[in-house]
Amino acid sequence: MKDQADSYVTDDGRTIGPVVMEMKNITLRFGGVEAIKDISFDIREGEIRAIIGPNGAGKSSMLNVISGFYVPQEGEVWYKGAKRPPMKPFQVAQQGIARTFQNIALFEGMSVLDNVMTGRLTHMESGLLGQSIWKGKAEAEEIANREVAEKIIDFLEIQAIRKTPVARLPYGLKKRVELARALAAEPTILLLDEPMAGMNVEEKEDMSRFVLDVNDEFGTTIALIEHDMGVVMDLSDRVVVMDYGRKIGDGTPDEVRNNQEVIDAYLGVAHD
Amino acid sequence: MFYREAGDFSTTYAEDQQTFPIKFDRYRYYVVLFIAIVVVPFVINDYWANSLLLPFLIYAIAAIGLNILVGYCGQVSLGTGGFMAVGAYACYKFMTGVDIWWGGELLFRLPEFNIFFSVIMGGVMTALVGVLFGLPSLRIKGFYLAVATLAAQFFLVWLFNRVSWFYNYSASGQINAPERDLFGVLITGPSTEPWATYLFCLFFTIVCAVVARNLTRGASGRKWMAIRDMDIAAEIIGVNPLRAKLTAFAVSSFFVGISGALFFAVYLGAVEVGEAFGITKSFLVLFMIIIGGLGSIFGSFAGAAFLVLLPVVLKVVGVDWLGWPTDIVAHLQLVIVGGLIVMFLILEPHGLAQLWRVAKEKLRLWPFPH
Repeated sequence: MKDQADSYVTDDGRTIGPVVMEMKNITLRFGGVEAIKDISFDIREGEIRAIIGPNGAGKSSMLNVISGFYVPQEGEVWYKGAKRPPMKPFQVAQQGIARTFQNIALFEGMSVLDNVMTGRLTHMESGLLGQSIWKGKAEAEEIANREVAEKIIDFLEIQAIRKTPVARLPYGLKKRVELARALAAEPTILLLDEPMAGMNVEEKEDMSRFVLDVNDEFGTTIALIEHDMGVVMDLSDRVVVMDYGRKIGDGTPDEVRNNQEVIDAYLGVAHD
Repeated sequence: MFYREAGDFSTTYAEDQQTFPIKFDRYRYYVVLFIAIVVVPFVINDYWANSLLLPFLIYAIAAIGLNILVGYCGQVSLGTGGFMAVGAYACYKFMTGVDIWWGGELLFRLPEFNIFFSVIMGGVMTALVGVLFGLPSLRIKGFYLAVATLAAQFFLVWLFNRVSWFYNYSASGQINAPERDLFGVLITGPSTEPWATYLFCLFFTIVCAVVARNLTRGASGRKWMAIRDMDIAAEIIGVNPLRAKLTAFAVSSFFVGISGALFFAVYLGAVEVGEAFGITKSFLVLFMIIIGGLGSIFGSFAGAAFLVLLPVVLKVVGVDWLGWPTDIVAHLQLVIVGGLIVMFLILEPHGLAQLWRVAKEKLRLWPFPH
């Protein structure tokens, strides 16, 4: 096992940094149901970390714990070397954790550009009074952030639709805009909840390319939930496998693929 | 043909993000401003000021305020009348010198404020009250929030009726605007000039509209719209929902308070709270933004203009031309407004502002269909 504070180089030449986030013995209950049972895993800087598992395994709950929607009954979340106190989702966002949703959660009444600009809100701090006057600090801030937003828009190849209301876009583009909004925050960790759900092969290829490019170009750490095994095995550096709220496997795609418990969970096992 | 943007390129983000990015719109805006500031004061008379222009300008401010809360931030409010009353009574108290009592003794009395600052203080006080009544919005949404603001409406009217401190212990229970001037020109009282009151209100309307526009196109506006469209997603990208909602309540109430102060001090001159700021006022302003267009500053103006003009036009057409009895025309007005609300809600939820937008799209291509 590698040391937490060390970087290492993978077999295919990718440099993976030290641990940036660590979940320690997380248990989450809803009434009598245990959605997550005593799970621990870590996320290293610069890696693509996949969380997989059959339906109802607790993957999305795990993501919700990370992003602050759920407060686990037991366990600790360590972020950047410090224990994270219980906080609200918007405080988690301000710490540099951005996410997308399984069902698209865009602001339908706003244009693509405005949606991406909302991703910059954590970087904007001019007050109400400054904004009312507009000229001066507020405008300078607006333009500086617009430049970042435009860079992201360029990067994800959605320039042509930047002024289109989001409600008019098709599903695949909406997913991309949601990714753009999350990226605009320039997060340390990007959480993707099924970024390829409901897409056809070409759209999946596009999205996979974007995920890899984001990781490569911005050095963003990515944690993603995905059901398409081909995608998961190709993209990710390490995989956590969950089943019925327990962790049943953790390691490189190859290790996970050959893990008997994982195979049983996915293919079923004869009970005798 | 009449309206084009060809050859109109923005080369900087600042140009692209201005209020009127299209040259044609910008020039039209300057022309309107020029007419409103330079031409109208010379031709205005008492009838135009009192039956059209003053109510239009004042209601436009209230509509902008309510639109920020309802149209941009998605928080329904039925308390506009009550908040206007707060603005009016605060303005009155600051005009006449706020007296602070403790245990039956007068502690001190603030000096009388200039009318300009009294109106601003009306806005500030209303903003504070608005934040107070906005607090439940963190927990309750939609219908239930509407009912909570309805409670604010009735409570505030009751308060100003019962606590005589607010109306300086006058026997009638009314508040009367004393004569006050700005740079030697009378603004309130019975013997004002129409151009002076008009310009005074116009100043506030323009400033409020510009401020509202600046706020809604910037970071605050995006926070409000994010809360309106999907509050969970807003929280996940770092919007503090409590703060966003409370700033919306504060800014909205500030505008509504200013409009209430002007309505009392400049337009009516004397106010009995239940009559001037009752629940019907809340609905009137709400109708303005529904007909004008939710989430649009232009829509606020359009709605205010429409509902101020409608009774005047009906009276001119019905009573003066056709010779119908006044009460029939008054009832007809209610029927028309009611019908229009239903029509707009079904056919065009974004109101007159959206019709205007569609018209511009068509004009851009006219006379070709595509």
